[in-house]
Amino acid sequence: MAAGKIDALSQFALHPMFGELGRMGFSQSPLMMAVAAGLTLLILGVGMAPRAMVPGRLQAAAELLYEFVYNMCSETIGEEGRRFFPFVFTLFLFILFGNLLGVFPYFFTFTSHIAVTLALTIVVVVLTTVVGLAIHKLHFFSYFVPEGVPKLLLPLLVPIEILSYLSRLISLSVRLFANMMAGHVMLEVFGAFVIMLGGAGLLGLLPAGLALGVNTVLIGFELLVAVLQAYVFAILTCIYLHDAVHLH
Amino acid sequence: MRRFPASLVLLALLAPVPALANGMPQLAFNNPLTLDQVWWGAGIFVVFLLLAWKWGLPRVATVLEDRAAHIAADLDAARAAKATADAAAAEVTAAIAAARSEAQTAISAAVEAAKADEATRSAALNARLEAQLAQAEQQISAARAAALGALRQVAGETAATVVARLTGAPAPPGRIDQEVAAALAARGIVESHA
Repeated sequence: MAAGKIDALSQFALHPMFGELGRMGFSQSPLMMAVAAGLTLLILGVGMAPRAMVPGRLQAAAELLYEFVYNMCSETIGEEGRRFFPFVFTLFLFILFGNLLGVFPYFFTFTSHIAVTLALTIVVVVLTTVVGLAIHKLHFFSYFVPEGVPKLLLPLLVPIEILSYLSRLISLSVRLFANMMAGHVMLEVFGAFVIMLGGAGLLGLLPAGLALGVNTVLIGFELLVAVLQAYVFAILTCIYLHDAVHLH
Repeated sequence: MRRFPASLVLLALLAPVPALANGMPQLAFNNPLTLDQVWWGAGIFVVFLLLAWKWGLPRVATVLEDRAAHIAADLDAARAAKATADAAAAEVTAAIAAARSEAQTAISAAVEAAKADEATRSAALNARLEAQLAQAEQQISAARAAALGALRQVAGETAATVVARLTGAPAPPGRIDQEVAAALAARGIVESHA
């Protein structure tokens, strides 16, 4: 990075990797996706290998993750939530590990790409719509008709409801993407401050130290955001599934 | 959600930075990698979902179920053991009470028996002592009678001798006997005709 120029966005740039695979469109992003999926499966596989009555550390971690997502599903969606548990579990851990791995230096954050988060959101919205249609058939469309509203207002309210339903695509995907991107831009900017100020002579040392302190705090903050945004994505998926199953 | 506007503000602040002129790599759809990551991601996600669903999660589920069953069985066993222990404790309490009353009965019976035995023995001892006492008294009175009989004879002979010396003539034996008996009776030593 050249002094006097903050290149905060090149960290999001995709580069082909692994020769032939790269020519097939393989970049850092799919690599980190595979690492995230692999780490989760490793925790489940290695952690649960002892099948101990009193779990060790890794087994406790695997059980904690399982029960956390399981309770989220059954409490938010209801009895039927168990059917969606594997999907929500996969989704939550995919995003959680994607976010957390991104905090490591030189690692890539695939959840900072709108294409990825939008694709995940499309999966969620299509799934909830299909589930709603499968359970309630055509009655599902009553979801867009608010109850206890004068019939005169319906021509106005039904499009609004449909619009708000479709806006989930934007809100869910942009929330995750923007949070991850903003955090990483901020880390990069303050990191650049440290280098620029530190190289500017004696006067710059104090502000450089301050910027380093800010970056240290930001790392902790990013860890919080990483977990929180994964949780938000998963819990909203559960709420949408609850709506699809119960129609309000 | 709250951080979204903040990030927009940040992006706006960063807008003059020359590097941003290149635009966000996330929106560089002319780069085939931007969309390719979605296809790769879809494949990875499906494999991840299937492996978690069919292999990973059931592993956790069986362990959790086993543990729940184990804990329930342990609780049942503990409850049964507690019931047994309670019954045993009640049994012990009852046995202690029975043993105590039994011991009490035995003690009082033994005390009674000892008292009765003691009474018999002391009665027998008393009887023996009284018999010995009576026998001794009898012997004493016999000895005394014998001694007194001898005394009368000695006194009679002495008196006859004394009379014969004094008078020079033997005293009539009937008279001597009579006088000795009267003298002894007067002193209260023996009856006149004994």
